[in-house]
Amino acid sequence: MIPIWYYAGNRLGRELKSKQVPLLALAAAFSFVIMMFNVPIPGGSTGHAVGGAIIGIVLGPWAGVIAISVALILQALMFGDGGITAIAANCFNMGVVMPFCAYYVYKFISGNTEITSSRRVIGAAIAGYISLVLAAGVTGFMFGIQPLLHKSAEGVPLYMPYGLNITVPAMLLEHVFGFAILEAVVTALIFAYIQKTDTSLLYGANTRAQASKNKKVAAA
Amino acid sequence: MDKTTRKLATGLLVLVILTPLGLLAVGETFGEWGPEEVEEKLGFVPPGLESFSGFWNAPLPDYALPGSDESMTVAAAAYILSAVIGVVVCGGLLYLIGKKVAKD
Repeated sequence: MIPIWYYAGNRLGRELKSKQVPLLALAAAFSFVIMMFNVPIPGGSTGHAVGGAIIGIVLGPWAGVIAISVALILQALMFGDGGITAIAANCFNMGVVMPFCAYYVYKFISGNTEITSSRRVIGAAIAGYISLVLAAGVTGFMFGIQPLLHKSAEGVPLYMPYGLNITVPAMLLEHVFGFAILEAVVTALIFAYIQKTDTSLLYGANTRAQASKNKKVAAA
Repeated sequence: MDKTTRKLATGLLVLVILTPLGLLAVGETFGEWGPEEVEEKLGFVPPGLESFSGFWNAPLPDYALPGSDESMTVAAAAYILSAVIGVVVCGGLLYLIGKKVAKD
């Protein structure tokens, strides 16, 4: 994760507008808080949304890497949540896979539509859904390979006792039918609000306006 | 801070106040079990997990005051306090980083 953080920091420096700074601070704080909302599911387990999709869409995926990672590291150090030894895995799944997946799904669905188009809201919702399911699937995969990688000479698992046949379906099912729906709703609501009030805050909004301006100049 | 960001910040404040709702859910997230919970499920603690479990002691484990009683009011207050710490540290850190790297 260290090279990814380093590169993300560089990209952030190139892309971040100073008027977005308070929003970036808010994004990390939001991700921290939304993960505290544990949602129960049938079977006695709980889970949560991440907020990673909306951050990737609004501030760009590289800003998402930094904001979500900070929230996850604080959780582990201060509150014993997630775990110190799992910081890199958690930051990769929720802090990298999620904002990137969400950003590209959103971009793909939005296409060349106006920045104010309602199609973009739907794109944001679907991006929230797919990105959390994907992150959960990758996490399930990481859980499941642990008993293969780490076991004692007698075959006793050292850390995670369950294999891929349990971990991947468990992580996917609870997210497909639960937490990803919450993530989709949260992503769409926040996106629609920012879209309605101030589109200049959105990642890439400026460059697109600039591009069309340049085109006009060239045409003249 | 512009108007939209300020409104979103207000929304976050409401979320912070509502965080104790997250306490109503019982049970641990898949894969986030502590050693006791794994023992309950399997009848033993995986040896690797056991050797790492004392590796770090979080100041506010599970968003609660260590050694406090289990009353819901105390738990809710500690949970909100945790959310405030999270918002201040995450927000503050990102604000400083952002200020440092942002152009124009």
